Amino acid sequence: MDGMKMAKVSFSGVIKTICTEWVPEAKIGDYVLSHAGTAISIVDPEEARETLSLLDEMR
Amino acid sequence: MKYIDEYRNPELVHKLADEIAATVTRKWHIMEICGGQTHAIMKYNLIELLPEEITLIHGPGCPVCVTPVEKIDRALAIAYSDKTILTSFGDMMRVPGSESDLLKARSEGCDIRMVYSPLDAVDIATANPHMSVIFFAIGFETTAPANALALLKATRLNISNFFLLASPVLVPPAIHTILSAKDTNIDGLLAPGHVCAVTGSEDYIRISEQFRIPVAITGFEPVDILKGILATVRMLENGINELTNCYRRSVRKNGNIHALKTMYEVFEICDMRWRGIGLIRGSGLSIKEKYSAFDAEKKFDFSTTYRHDPGICIAGAVLSGRLRPSDCPAFARACTPENPLGAPMVSSEGACAAYYKYSS
Amino acid sequence: MIMEISCPTPHNRYDKIILAHGSGGRLSDRLIHDIIIKELDKAYIDSSHDGAILEIPGKLAFTTDSFVVSPLFFPGGDIGQLAVNGTVNDLVSCGATPLYLSLSLILEEGLLINELAQVISSMAAAATRAGIKIVTGDTKVVEKGKADKIFINTTGIGSVAGNRSISPYRCMAGDKIIITGTIADHGISILSTREGLSFESPVTSDCAPMNEIAELIFSATDDIHVLRDPTRGGIASALNEISHTSAKEIIIDEASLPFKEQVKGACEIMGMDPLYLANEGKLLVFLPDKHADSVLKAIKSHPLGREAAIIGRVSNGEPGVKIKTLVGSTRIVDMISGEQLPRIC
Repeated sequence: MDGMKMAKVSFSGVIKTICTEWVPEAKIGDYVLSHAGTAISIVDPEEARETLSLLDEMR
Repeated sequence: MKYIDEYRNPELVHKLADEIAATVTRKWHIMEICGGQTHAIMKYNLIELLPEEITLIHGPGCPVCVTPVEKIDRALAIAYSDKTILTSFGDMMRVPGSESDLLKARSEGCDIRMVYSPLDAVDIATANPHMSVIFFAIGFETTAPANALALLKATRLNISNFFLLASPVLVPPAIHTILSAKDTNIDGLLAPGHVCAVTGSEDYIRISEQFRIPVAITGFEPVDILKGILATVRMLENGINELTNCYRRSVRKNGNIHALKTMYEVFEICDMRWRGIGLIRGSGLSIKEKYSAFDAEKKFDFSTTYRHDPGICIAGAVLSGRLRPSDCPAFARACTPENPLGAPMVSSEGACAAYYKYSS
Repeated sequence: MIMEISCPTPHNRYDKIILAHGSGGRLSDRLIHDIIIKELDKAYIDSSHDGAILEIPGKLAFTTDSFVVSPLFFPGGDIGQLAVNGTVNDLVSCGATPLYLSLSLILEEGLLINELAQVISSMAAAATRAGIKIVTGDTKVVEKGKADKIFINTTGIGSVAGNRSISPYRCMAGDKIIITGTIADHGISILSTREGLSFESPVTSDCAPMNEIAELIFSATDDIHVLRDPTRGGIASALNEISHTSAKEIIIDEASLPFKEQVKGACEIMGMDPLYLANEGKLLVFLPDKHADSVLKAIKSHPLGREAAIIGRVSNGEPGVKIKTLVGSTRIVDMISGEQLPRIC
């Protein structure tokens, strides 16, 4: 749209259209960190999983 | 809400808090840099969960708070001009300039519109070809690329009625200034996670080395913040002065090169006066000559001169972490959210507003 | 030859409100009878008189309210519905059975007559649903720019049975607090229609009358202390008012607050605190602990009360509202100053 890559994202069922120019590798189903109408990073599910499981291991 | 709810899990939060308590052996002062982190700390009252030995100092991470007074005065001058539509993030609307603020100007009939994204401001320009549409472009490195993208969108659409009133700022120079101050009392830093998602960690590695201070890149949910604090405390207790990334799910070492490319396509580094703190060299972004046709500062005539902030406001000391909001003689007396004397009481990211709202 | 001179100036030549519609003359009369009274239909008791004379059983509950919402039409409702339901709910909060409404309209020159008709028709439907009648009214027109399309003022009259006494002064230590459904729906619905903050899947307002739910509550027990509809300023403002009026401490539990997922998401995106966003079809109920479960069950039996939950309690501490956060810590919930503005980072 207007020469920029855009995508629909869902925040718990609220749909917004944001610019995805800066996350060219993003695929449908990915989670992105977005700010001011732009996606600035793809959330890495592996890292997220690792973080939470490390915490789980803490006594 | 995936990737949000899990990081608000009370069990995890308590585990982290217990681990922090078990690790500390002496007092430490840790500064969190981003206003979003300050907000989360106050909203979830994480201070209640931390051991007494940890003191959290709130840094200058509120771009709204540090926007220079003269930029607000210029935004107002634009708003009062003929055939203009001023667009802005919601947070800027109530911040006082020398004499007024955007909300008051709007109530007097100025066409001032709140937008969520600078890209929306370009759409307003397209829809109103006979008006000059100006976007009040503030923010840190998280937002500056979006501001730049808006300008580039305007060039692609070939429109000539869109302008940026640019006032974006860079975080690392401000941290340098704060850590270089003589009376600084900061042992460790929580670096702003979303800024780093864009810029990467290079600048913060340098800060860690130069000032011999542990730095933890930290996110914004309670689990993230406590993780960052735990990592910092562990480094402090072991005399390690390094950078560690505690927000790996969103932050990569090199940041987002596409966003940075966009940002530096449009902007170049300049000196900027931070409200309450003063001039910080190389801490701002200004529009390159190449794009001067979109620069509101070139298009509009400003005869405003820099006016000094009200003397009683200690925003500078609060933003640098030297004093707490509650140390200010005006806090909750002459200065309240209804009648703010300075920016940190107005912005919902501001330390004073957070203190006022969330503590007794 | 006799010529009949007539200047009918039919109102339907006008598709917009003009100043003459408020001047008390023929055009006014036509507006009132052919649009307003016609659309109100069975919801209106026509006394053809300056005032209504009514018989009210028991104690009289009396409330007034004004409605200036913009935009007039929003997902899930409009200003007409809001006006009726808002007034009904104020009466319900007094423990009253709502009976009659007055309707006072201030119309801006240039308002589309179609829009006015729609709003009035909506009021009629809302009144019928709530079981109340509109019995008297007034219409004025002001110049363009002096009002925002329509301002509506209502007064509501209801009757309070026997020795029922519902008031914030009755808030007592040990009381439990129930909310009858999800919070912040209306506030987000309104925000979603404003320029620059739009969503592609609409979040609808919860605008609804609470009289049936109140009846279910009283059928479970008469021992209710406070009822409040948490409108502007959200549950935070309503709870703060009750706390300070009764000089009691209120503690709410964040984990038990019911939300629609979309509303949570919308608040996250915009950096809005749902505690301060308006609700237009909810009630806060303060009652003794021993009745909380049975009343909750009664509320949940109604379609408007399915998401009801016990959200807090009253204690004898410092007046003010505290919240036990999701992570187990406690913090203060203050009165808001001014309007909430969305955050950027």
